[in-house]
Amino acid sequence: MSFVLHKRLCATACACLLAITAVGAAPSAPANIRVEHAWIRWLPANLPAAGYATIINDGDGVQRLTGARSADYASAMLHHSRLAQGDSTMEMVDHLDIPAHGSVKLAPGGYHLMLSHATHPVKPGDKVPVTLRFADGTTLQVNFSVLPANAAPSG
Amino acid sequence: MPLRRSPIRWLFAAAAVVLLAACAAHPQWQLDDVQGHLPDLEFGMTNDLGQPVTASTYRGKVVLLYFGYTNCPDVCPLTLVHLHTVLQKMGKAADDVRVLFVTVDPVRDTVPVLHQYVTAFDPRIVGLTGTQDAIAQLAKRYRAFYKPETPKDKAGDYDVTHSSAIYVFDRDGHARLLATPGSSNDEILHDLDILVGQS
Repeated sequence: MSFVLHKRLCATACACLLAITAVGAAPSAPANIRVEHAWIRWLPANLPAAGYATIINDGDGVQRLTGARSADYASAMLHHSRLAQGDSTMEMVDHLDIPAHGSVKLAPGGYHLMLSHATHPVKPGDKVPVTLRFADGTTLQVNFSVLPANAAPSG
Repeated sequence: MPLRRSPIRWLFAAAAVVLLAACAAHPQWQLDDVQGHLPDLEFGMTNDLGQPVTASTYRGKVVLLYFGYTNCPDVCPLTLVHLHTVLQKMGKAADDVRVLFVTVDPVRDTVPVLHQYVTAFDPRIVGLTGTQDAIAQLAKRYRAFYKPETPKDKAGDYDVTHSSAIYVFDRDGHARLLATPGSSNDEILHDLDILVGQS
Protein backbone atom coordinates (compact mmCIF):
# COMPACT_ATOMS: atom_id res chain seq x y z
CA MET A 1 0.00 0.00 0.00
CA SER A 2 2.68 2.43 1.02
CA PHE A 3 4.55 1.37 -2.10
CA VAL A 4 1.63 2.43 -4.29
CA LEU A 5 1.40 5.74 -2.44
CA HIS A 6 5.07 6.22 -2.84
CA LYS A 7 4.77 5.50 -6.53
CA ARG A 8 1.95 7.99 -6.86
CA LEU A 9 3.88 10.64 -5.01
CA CYS A 10 6.80 9.99 -7.24
CA ALA A 11 4.66 10.32 -10.37
CA THR A 12 3.16 13.57 -9.13
CA ALA A 13 6.59 14.93 -8.29
CA CYS A 14 7.87 13.94 -11.69
CA ALA A 15 4.91 15.55 -13.43
CA CYS A 16 5.48 18.72 -11.42
CA LEU A 17 9.15 18.74 -12.29
CA LEU A 18 8.35 18.21 -15.95
CA ALA A 19 5.85 21.06 -15.87
CA ILE A 20 8.41 23.35 -14.25
CA THR A 21 11.03 22.36 -16.82
CA ALA A 22 8.56 22.95 -19.63
CA VAL A 23 7.74 26.42 -18.31
CA GLY A 24 11.43 27.15 -17.91
CA ALA A 25 12.23 25.99 -21.43
CA ALA A 26 9.39 27.84 -23.12
CA PRO A 27 11.21 30.86 -24.53
CA SER A 28 9.65 34.19 -23.74
CA ALA A 29 9.84 37.20 -26.00
CA PRO A 30 12.47 39.80 -25.12
CA ALA A 31 11.06 42.82 -23.37
CA ASN A 32 11.22 46.08 -25.30
CA ILE A 33 12.59 44.67 -28.56
CA ARG A 34 10.91 45.54 -31.85
CA VAL A 35 11.94 44.55 -35.37
CA GLU A 36 11.08 46.59 -38.47
CA HIS A 37 11.75 46.37 -42.22
CA ALA A 38 12.65 42.68 -42.09
CA TRP A 39 13.40 41.39 -45.60
CA ILE A 40 15.39 38.78 -47.46
CA ARG A 41 17.13 39.37 -50.78
CA TRP A 42 16.01 36.40 -52.88
CA LEU A 43 18.65 34.74 -55.03
CA PRO A 44 18.08 32.00 -57.63
CA ALA A 45 19.56 28.48 -57.77
CA ASN A 46 19.09 27.94 -54.02
CA LEU A 47 22.04 30.25 -53.36
CA PRO A 48 22.51 31.59 -49.85
CA ALA A 49 20.38 34.67 -49.22
CA ALA A 50 20.90 37.60 -46.88
CA GLY A 51 18.32 38.72 -44.33
CA TYR A 52 18.11 42.34 -43.23
CA ALA A 53 16.14 44.14 -40.51
CA THR A 54 16.19 47.02 -38.08
CA ILE A 55 16.24 45.83 -34.46
CA ILE A 56 15.03 48.44 -31.99
CA ASN A 57 15.62 48.27 -28.24
CA ASP A 58 13.22 50.47 -26.24
CA GLY A 59 14.52 49.14 -22.92
CA ASP A 60 17.02 50.47 -20.39
CA GLY A 61 19.48 47.61 -20.84
CA VAL A 62 21.58 46.32 -23.71
CA GLN A 63 20.08 43.34 -25.57
CA ARG A 64 22.53 40.91 -27.08
CA LEU A 65 21.47 39.10 -30.27
CA THR A 66 23.25 35.75 -30.32
CA GLY A 67 21.78 33.98 -33.32
CA ALA A 68 18.83 33.07 -35.49
CA ARG A 69 17.11 30.04 -36.91
CA SER A 70 14.42 29.39 -39.47
CA ALA A 71 12.55 26.25 -40.46
CA ASP A 72 12.90 27.42 -44.07
CA TYR A 73 16.72 27.31 -44.07
CA ALA A 74 19.05 24.62 -42.77
CA SER A 75 21.50 27.28 -41.67
CA ALA A 76 21.08 30.85 -40.40
CA MET A 77 24.19 32.69 -39.31
CA LEU A 78 24.92 36.20 -38.18
CA HIS A 79 27.49 37.67 -40.57
CA HIS A 80 29.30 40.91 -41.12
CA SER A 81 30.66 42.12 -44.46
CA ARG A 82 33.77 44.16 -44.28
CA LEU A 83 35.48 46.28 -46.89
CA ALA A 84 39.13 46.60 -46.01
CA GLN A 85 41.68 48.08 -48.42
CA GLY A 86 39.41 47.47 -51.36
CA ASP A 87 38.80 43.81 -50.48
CA SER A 88 35.39 42.55 -49.55
CA THR A 89 35.27 39.85 -46.93
CA MET A 90 32.58 38.20 -44.81
CA GLU A 91 33.03 37.09 -41.25
CA MET A 92 30.86 35.19 -38.80
CA VAL A 93 29.75 37.13 -35.77
CA ASP A 94 28.75 35.41 -32.51
CA HIS A 95 26.75 38.29 -31.09
CA LEU A 96 25.48 41.75 -31.84
CA ASP A 97 24.56 44.22 -29.08
CA ILE A 98 21.45 46.34 -29.47
CA PRO A 99 22.10 49.40 -27.27
CA ALA A 100 19.56 50.60 -24.70
CA HIS A 101 17.11 53.02 -26.30
CA GLY A 102 18.86 52.47 -29.60
CA SER A 103 18.75 50.33 -32.69
CA VAL A 104 21.00 48.33 -34.98
CA LYS A 105 20.45 47.97 -38.69
CA LEU A 106 21.18 44.73 -40.45
CA ALA A 107 21.69 46.29 -43.88
CA PRO A 108 23.41 45.52 -47.21
CA GLY A 109 27.17 45.89 -46.91
CA GLY A 110 27.21 45.36 -43.13
CA TYR A 111 25.55 43.04 -40.65
CA HIS A 112 23.15 40.46 -42.11
CA LEU A 113 21.74 37.01 -41.54
CA MET A 114 23.21 34.53 -43.97
CA LEU A 115 20.46 32.04 -44.77
CA SER A 116 21.70 28.91 -46.55
CA HIS A 117 20.27 25.65 -47.88
CA ALA A 118 16.57 26.45 -48.12
CA THR A 119 14.51 23.47 -47.04
CA HIS A 120 11.94 24.18 -49.76
CA PRO A 121 11.88 26.61 -52.71
CA VAL A 122 11.64 30.19 -51.43
CA LYS A 123 10.53 32.89 -53.88
CA PRO A 124 9.91 36.65 -53.95
CA GLY A 125 6.62 37.48 -52.27
CA ASP A 126 7.01 34.78 -49.61
CA LYS A 127 7.13 35.48 -45.89
CA VAL A 128 9.81 33.58 -44.02
CA PRO A 129 9.51 33.29 -40.24
CA VAL A 130 12.90 33.71 -38.57
CA THR A 131 13.43 33.29 -34.83
CA LEU A 132 15.96 35.68 -33.32
CA ARG A 133 17.72 34.45 -30.21
CA PHE A 134 19.01 36.72 -27.46
CA ALA A 135 21.64 36.16 -24.75
CA ASP A 136 19.07 36.26 -21.94
CA GLY A 137 17.35 33.20 -23.40
CA THR A 138 14.46 35.10 -24.95
CA THR A 139 13.47 34.60 -28.58
CA LEU A 140 11.45 36.62 -31.03
CA GLN A 141 9.84 35.32 -34.20
CA VAL A 142 9.86 37.81 -37.07
CA ASN A 143 8.33 37.45 -40.53
CA PHE A 144 10.86 38.42 -43.21
CA SER A 145 9.46 39.52 -46.60
CA VAL A 146 11.24 37.91 -49.54
CA LEU A 147 12.08 40.57 -52.14
CA PRO A 148 13.52 40.16 -55.68
CA ALA A 149 17.31 40.01 -56.16
CA ASN A 150 17.48 43.55 -57.49
CA ALA A 151 15.32 45.14 -54.79
CA ALA A 152 16.72 48.30 -53.23
CA PRO A 153 14.38 49.05 -50.33
CA SER A 154 15.04 52.24 -48.43
CA GLY A 155 13.95 50.84 -45.05
CA MET B 1 28.97 105.95 -73.25
CA PRO B 2 31.15 102.84 -73.70
CA LEU B 3 31.33 100.39 -70.83
CA ARG B 4 34.68 100.61 -69.07
CA ARG B 5 36.40 97.32 -68.50
CA SER B 6 39.32 97.01 -66.14
CA PRO B 7 42.31 94.89 -67.26
CA ILE B 8 41.76 92.59 -64.26
CA ARG B 9 38.30 91.73 -65.61
CA TRP B 10 39.76 90.75 -68.93
CA LEU B 11 42.24 88.58 -67.12
CA PHE B 12 39.44 86.75 -65.27
CA ALA B 13 37.48 86.30 -68.48
CA ALA B 14 40.54 84.89 -70.25
CA ALA B 15 41.22 82.53 -67.35
CA ALA B 16 37.60 81.34 -67.46
CA VAL B 17 37.87 80.58 -71.18
CA VAL B 18 41.07 78.58 -70.63
CA LEU B 19 39.47 76.65 -67.75
CA LEU B 20 36.35 75.84 -69.78
CA ALA B 21 38.48 74.58 -72.65
CA ALA B 22 40.43 72.41 -70.22
CA CYS B 23 37.18 71.00 -68.80
CA ALA B 24 35.88 70.14 -72.25
CA ALA B 25 39.07 68.24 -73.03
CA HIS B 26 39.24 66.53 -69.61
CA PRO B 27 35.80 65.87 -68.17
CA GLN B 28 35.38 66.39 -64.46
CA TRP B 29 35.24 62.72 -63.51
CA GLN B 30 33.59 61.87 -60.23
CA LEU B 31 35.18 58.41 -60.09
CA ASP B 32 38.93 57.79 -59.98
CA ASP B 33 40.60 58.49 -63.31
CA VAL B 34 42.91 55.55 -64.14
CA GLN B 35 43.57 56.35 -67.78
CA GLY B 36 47.08 55.24 -68.71
CA HIS B 37 47.54 53.37 -65.43
CA LEU B 38 45.79 50.09 -66.24
CA PRO B 39 46.04 48.00 -69.42
CA ASP B 40 43.33 47.66 -72.07
CA LEU B 41 40.61 45.06 -71.60
CA GLU B 42 41.81 41.64 -72.75
CA PHE B 43 40.52 38.15 -71.93
CA GLY B 44 39.25 34.90 -73.34
CA MET B 45 36.38 33.44 -71.29
CA THR B 46 32.93 31.84 -71.45
CA ASN B 47 29.75 33.87 -71.00
CA ASP B 48 26.70 32.82 -68.99
CA LEU B 49 25.16 31.24 -72.09
CA GLY B 50 28.19 28.98 -72.47
CA GLN B 51 29.57 30.87 -75.50
CA PRO B 52 33.27 31.73 -75.85
CA VAL B 53 33.83 35.48 -75.64
CA THR B 54 36.82 37.82 -75.75
CA ALA B 55 37.30 41.50 -75.00
CA SER B 56 36.61 42.27 -78.67
CA THR B 57 33.08 40.85 -78.25
CA TYR B 58 32.36 43.98 -76.20
CA ARG B 59 34.22 46.57 -78.30
CA GLY B 60 31.86 49.45 -78.99
CA LYS B 61 30.29 49.13 -75.54
CA VAL B 62 31.29 50.87 -72.36
CA VAL B 63 32.28 47.98 -70.08
CA LEU B 64 32.14 47.71 -66.30
CA LEU B 65 34.24 44.83 -64.97
CA TYR B 66 33.58 43.39 -61.52
CA PHE B 67 34.97 40.30 -59.80
CA GLY B 68 32.58 38.38 -57.54
CA TYR B 69 30.86 35.04 -56.92
CA THR B 70 27.28 33.87 -56.62
CA ASN B 71 27.53 32.46 -53.08
CA CYS B 72 28.09 36.06 -52.03
CA PRO B 73 24.67 37.13 -50.68
CA ASP B 74 25.52 40.62 -49.44
CA VAL B 75 28.22 42.75 -51.08
CA CYS B 76 28.01 41.32 -54.64
CA PRO B 77 24.22 41.82 -54.83
CA LEU B 78 24.62 45.29 -53.32
CA THR B 79 27.08 46.19 -56.10
CA LEU B 80 24.95 44.63 -58.85
CA VAL B 81 21.83 46.43 -57.55
CA HIS B 82 23.76 49.73 -57.63
CA LEU B 83 24.72 49.07 -61.25
CA HIS B 84 21.19 47.93 -62.15
CA THR B 85 19.80 51.17 -60.69
CA VAL B 86 22.31 53.24 -62.67
CA LEU B 87 21.44 51.39 -65.91
CA GLN B 88 17.73 51.96 -65.26
CA LYS B 89 18.35 55.69 -64.79
CA MET B 90 20.40 55.89 -68.01
CA GLY B 91 17.41 54.69 -70.02
CA LYS B 92 18.12 53.91 -73.68
CA ALA B 93 21.80 54.90 -73.37
CA ALA B 94 22.33 51.86 -71.13
CA ASP B 95 22.07 49.66 -74.25
CA ASP B 96 25.65 50.80 -74.92
CA VAL B 97 26.85 49.54 -71.52
CA ARG B 98 27.71 46.01 -70.43
CA VAL B 99 28.51 44.88 -66.91
CA LEU B 100 30.87 41.89 -66.88
CA PHE B 101 30.59 39.89 -63.65
CA VAL B 102 33.66 37.65 -63.55
CA THR B 103 33.37 34.74 -61.12
CA VAL B 104 36.27 34.13 -58.77
CA ASP B 105 34.62 30.83 -57.75
CA PRO B 106 34.40 28.84 -61.02
CA VAL B 107 33.94 25.50 -59.23
CA ARG B 108 30.54 26.43 -57.76
CA ASP B 109 29.63 29.01 -60.39
CA THR B 110 28.65 26.81 -63.28
CA VAL B 111 27.32 28.47 -66.43
CA PRO B 112 23.62 27.86 -65.53
CA VAL B 113 24.06 29.17 -61.96
CA LEU B 114 25.93 32.21 -63.23
CA HIS B 115 23.19 32.84 -65.80
CA GLN B 116 20.38 32.67 -63.24
CA TYR B 117 22.31 34.89 -60.85
CA VAL B 118 23.20 37.76 -63.21
CA THR B 119 19.87 37.85 -65.01
CA ALA B 120 18.08 38.14 -61.66
CA PHE B 121 19.69 41.59 -61.40
CA ASP B 122 19.68 43.01 -64.94
CA PRO B 123 19.67 41.71 -68.52
CA ARG B 124 22.68 43.91 -69.28
CA ILE B 125 24.82 42.09 -66.75
CA VAL B 126 26.88 39.27 -68.29
CA GLY B 127 28.39 36.48 -66.20
CA LEU B 128 31.86 35.34 -67.22
CA THR B 129 33.70 32.20 -66.20
CA GLY B 130 36.76 30.38 -67.44
CA THR B 131 39.66 28.23 -66.44
CA GLN B 132 41.26 28.98 -63.08
CA ASP B 133 44.20 30.25 -65.10
CA ALA B 134 42.16 32.62 -67.29
CA ILE B 135 40.44 34.09 -64.22
CA ALA B 136 43.74 34.46 -62.35
CA GLN B 137 45.33 36.18 -65.36
CA LEU B 138 42.49 38.66 -65.73
CA ALA B 139 42.54 39.45 -62.01
CA LYS B 140 46.31 39.91 -62.09
CA ARG B 141 46.05 42.21 -65.10
CA TYR B 142 43.92 44.61 -63.05
CA ARG B 143 45.69 43.95 -59.73
CA ALA B 144 42.50 42.44 -58.35
CA PHE B 145 42.78 40.01 -55.46
CA TYR B 146 40.72 36.96 -54.50
CA LYS B 147 41.18 34.11 -52.08
CA PRO B 148 38.83 31.24 -51.18
CA GLU B 149 38.54 30.99 -47.40
CA THR B 150 38.51 27.74 -45.41
CA PRO B 151 35.06 26.09 -45.20
CA LYS B 152 33.08 27.50 -42.30
CA ASP B 153 30.59 24.69 -41.69
CA LYS B 154 29.97 20.97 -42.04
CA ALA B 155 28.30 21.50 -45.40
CA GLY B 156 31.65 22.70 -46.76
CA ASP B 157 30.34 26.19 -47.57
CA TYR B 158 33.11 28.72 -47.99
CA ASP B 159 33.42 32.42 -48.65
CA VAL B 160 35.79 34.05 -51.12
CA THR B 161 37.50 37.29 -50.16
CA HIS B 162 37.74 39.45 -53.28
CA SER B 163 38.54 42.92 -54.56
CA SER B 164 35.45 45.05 -54.65
CA ALA B 165 36.51 47.55 -57.32
CA ILE B 166 34.53 48.18 -60.50
CA TYR B 167 36.79 48.84 -63.52
CA VAL B 168 35.31 51.04 -66.23
CA PHE B 169 36.48 50.78 -69.86
CA ASP B 170 35.55 52.98 -72.80
CA ARG B 171 34.14 51.75 -76.11
CA ASP B 172 37.68 51.02 -77.34
CA GLY B 173 38.53 48.85 -74.35
CA HIS B 174 40.80 51.43 -72.69
CA ALA B 175 40.74 51.42 -68.88
CA ARG B 176 39.35 54.80 -67.85
CA LEU B 177 37.82 54.85 -64.38
CA LEU B 178 37.68 52.98 -61.10
CA ALA B 179 34.55 52.82 -58.93
CA THR B 180 34.05 51.13 -55.55
CA PRO B 181 30.93 49.83 -53.76
CA GLY B 182 31.12 53.14 -51.87
CA SER B 183 30.71 55.17 -55.07
CA SER B 184 27.24 56.69 -55.24
CA ASN B 185 24.82 55.87 -58.03
CA ASP B 186 24.95 59.53 -59.10
CA GLU B 187 28.74 59.49 -59.41
CA ILE B 188 28.67 56.34 -61.56
CA LEU B 189 25.76 57.68 -63.62
CA HIS B 190 27.50 61.02 -64.19
CA ASP B 191 30.67 59.41 -65.52
CA LEU B 192 28.95 56.70 -67.57
CA ASP B 193 26.84 59.35 -69.30
CA ILE B 194 30.05 61.10 -70.38
CA LEU B 195 31.75 57.87 -71.51
CA VAL B 196 28.72 56.66 -73.48
CA GLY B 197 28.56 60.10 -75.11
CA GLN B 198 32.14 59.75 -76.35
CA SER B 199 32.40 57.78 -79.54
